[in-house]
Amino acid sequence: MIANFGYFALIITFVTALYGAGAAAYGAIQRKPELVESARRAMLLTFPLTSLAALSIIALLVGGHYEIRYVAQVTSSSMPTYLKVTALWGGQEGSLVFWSWLMSAFATAASLRKWERDRELLPWIIVVTMVTLAFFLSLVIFFENPFVRLWLTPTGEQVGAMLQPAGARALTPSDGQGLNPLLRHPGMVIHPPMLYLGFVSFVIPYAFAMAALITRRSDDRWIRITRRWTLVAWLFLSLGLILGGRWAYDVLGWGGYWGWDPVEIAAFMPWLSGTAFLHSVMVQEKKGMLKHWNMVLIILTYALVIFGTFLTRSGVLSSVHAFAQSAIGPMFFIFIGITSISSLALLVQRWSILKSDNHLESMFSREALFLLNNLLFMGILVICFWGVIFPLISELVTGSKVTVGPPFYERATSPLWLGLLLLMGVAPLSAYASSTFRTIGRAAWKPALASLAVPIGMFAAGYSSIGAILGYWLAAFVAIVTLYEFWRGALARRRRHSESLPLALWRLAGRNRRRYGGYVIHLGVVLMAFGIIGIEVFQTETQATLARGEQLTLGRYVMTYDALTQFDTADGRNVARAVVSVYHDGKYVGELYPRKDYYYVSQQPMTIPGVRSTLEDDFYVLLVGWEPIAQQGATFKVYHNPLVNFVWLGGLVFILGTAVAAWPDQDPEPARSRLRSRGLTPGAYPRKAT
Amino acid sequence: MKRRLIHSVGIILLLLAFLQLEAFSAFGQGSGPTDDEVNAIASQLYCPVCENVPLDVCPTQACVQWRATIREKLAAGWSEDEIKQYFVEQYGARVLATPPAEGLNWLVYVLPPAALLAGAFVLFRAVRTWHAEPEPAAGPVPPEEAEDDPYLAKLEEELKRREV
Repeated sequence: MIANFGYFALIITFVTALYGAGAAAYGAIQRKPELVESARRAMLLTFPLTSLAALSIIALLVGGHYEIRYVAQVTSSSMPTYLKVTALWGGQEGSLVFWSWLMSAFATAASLRKWERDRELLPWIIVVTMVTLAFFLSLVIFFENPFVRLWLTPTGEQVGAMLQPAGARALTPSDGQGLNPLLRHPGMVIHPPMLYLGFVSFVIPYAFAMAALITRRSDDRWIRITRRWTLVAWLFLSLGLILGGRWAYDVLGWGGYWGWDPVEIAAFMPWLSGTAFLHSVMVQEKKGMLKHWNMVLIILTYALVIFGTFLTRSGVLSSVHAFAQSAIGPMFFIFIGITSISSLALLVQRWSILKSDNHLESMFSREALFLLNNLLFMGILVICFWGVIFPLISELVTGSKVTVGPPFYERATSPLWLGLLLLMGVAPLSAYASSTFRTIGRAAWKPALASLAVPIGMFAAGYSSIGAILGYWLAAFVAIVTLYEFWRGALARRRRHSESLPLALWRLAGRNRRRYGGYVIHLGVVLMAFGIIGIEVFQTETQATLARGEQLTLGRYVMTYDALTQFDTADGRNVARAVVSVYHDGKYVGELYPRKDYYYVSQQPMTIPGVRSTLEDDFYVLLVGWEPIAQQGATFKVYHNPLVNFVWLGGLVFILGTAVAAWPDQDPEPARSRLRSRGLTPGAYPRKAT
Repeated sequence: MKRRLIHSVGIILLLLAFLQLEAFSAFGQGSGPTDDEVNAIASQLYCPVCENVPLDVCPTQACVQWRATIREKLAAGWSEDEIKQYFVEQYGARVLATPPAEGLNWLVYVLPPAALLAGAFVLFRAVRTWHAEPEPAAGPVPPEEAEDDPYLAKLEEELKRREV
């Protein structure tokens, strides 16, 4: 009953979305505002409709309706209710509904802005968002339906279908298989919605970009209107990536947080193009340049968002065969192909109206440095895309698969990351248009000199890794430049307004949140770089089999194996839990409990590390194996991860900075009335007649 | 090399007979290769089943056996390269963390730097043409002023643009 209701809601939403897109386009072309208004209402209707569908799934999940295939796949009666609710995005089918739900919510939110100006954009925003929504709904309705029921055919086969197949009888399992144990972690519960929020938010700037192209607008209104959407998208995507890293570190049991897995890279690629976009739109806003390039970037980001959604959930890119067998794989590629080609064709058609208002005046101006930043981000993007795609190409051409693993990405991207760090230090010292090598040199030499203390100190302390020394030097340079920018601004304010320093700092950031939020983000990146270089270059590990009471040594740590217990839990796990004592510099610092959980139903082992965490380092212990009968000996893998907590700390600062940058501006009215009082015309933004 | 291989295969066959014993060899090892020596090689290998999980941290039974194989080979005096080569011969080049630079695989290494260079070239050309073009009628926008109210500064700058 609930299933039929939910499925019906999806079908109605699909039809409504298609009608909305069609009516909006027709209404805009034929200049029929009443049709556009009807389309807008259709769009507004999609949100409650998808909510009904999503709520239906949640009701089925929580109610333990195991006759529904999706419910049986992702939940079991031993799971707590909150996990049953979040199982909505625990599998492919539910994730697609969740995606659609977010899409309709964001389309609604985007349309609720005041539309007195730019109303001609509205129909095309409806078209883009509703076509995207309809695409995802079509996947759910025709291929990945979460509402199908389980049936047992006369041949004893289990099938899923909405309607009873001939001769089959209804099948109701007494319990479900349960959510993939790897996903039963708070990080994993929040991580997918964060990524999806990021993904779906990026559709909005894309929709506005397309609307601007279609309506022949050459100004930067679409960028200004969607600035906050872009930042919010970026915020959630960053948060999703950081949470994913934390989850991997806590749950996957390989001592790291980022494994250059195709699924990770799929979520990382829209972040890369989105980051490039965030920087280059500033050049368009300031100087009216890079109009074509910004369009290319947002089209690319949209394509990568769709690609990422596809890849993160389906895993079908693991082989050509998996791709060919998957029903939705080709659909995704056709959709990405059609949207990218039509968007680019539209861009080419409008090429001439998007001429730059200004020209580049110096190779060292801020806009030129932003372009370099874009080049490096695109370089990293190409490496990532190529690394993900190449195994498939190899399989197609030569018939044999290859692995493109972490060493490839690490070697290929490290110089580009270092380049980005350098730019991050230099760019804040540059000015739009007028900077030259000389002016930048004059501004940079002091911080550069001060930051030299880091490599000199490292040399003196006996460090020999050139990569680490270079990385820390650049990170220090960025930190000094960024902090100096805050200091300089606050001092200037204090002089002019005789404010106290903290107040000056607060107001400074408040007056230009995007710039100073950006600088806070840069500081977050510095902290993260500090941690990443720490663990990447200085991580050490050892593995040994210990009898009870024996110890192993790793650097300044000593670990003693005390005990191991093995027991079954109520939620269907067999747990082997070791107790080890940890000593740091000869001092006892506590016990750790590395364990291995074995999930009976899914037959899946899970390695949960025991971690002693300080700002300086993590001592990370994995239980690899144990003597099953006597429980006398156990094998441990132990990692020493220096500075790894700076990755999470930097992540927090990073998110904080993004929130500062994305925080809503005060009502611009007071500023306008001030302008008026100075005899200036209100209406801050240039707008060309269309 | 070939003789050595035959010799080693013989040892493997012998060892295979004691496979059951081998599974728990970690608990009974004496002066054999250490876990760290095994992991140093295992961390560079990927089994065909566990996508993207390096062998040294993969918990599956198949990977446990691969690690046991590495241990055997090390005990038999094989070098790191020989062991890696053995796995490549058995399971194909996909066991390596990065594709060997031969044939089509060259593309893996050539394309990203080529794309970056091409991008840099396009950027350089574009910058030069922009640089060479005459300045717009309005003249250069003045450099960012040390305006204490950046919002106002921006407004004014844009109003100027509007008047053009």
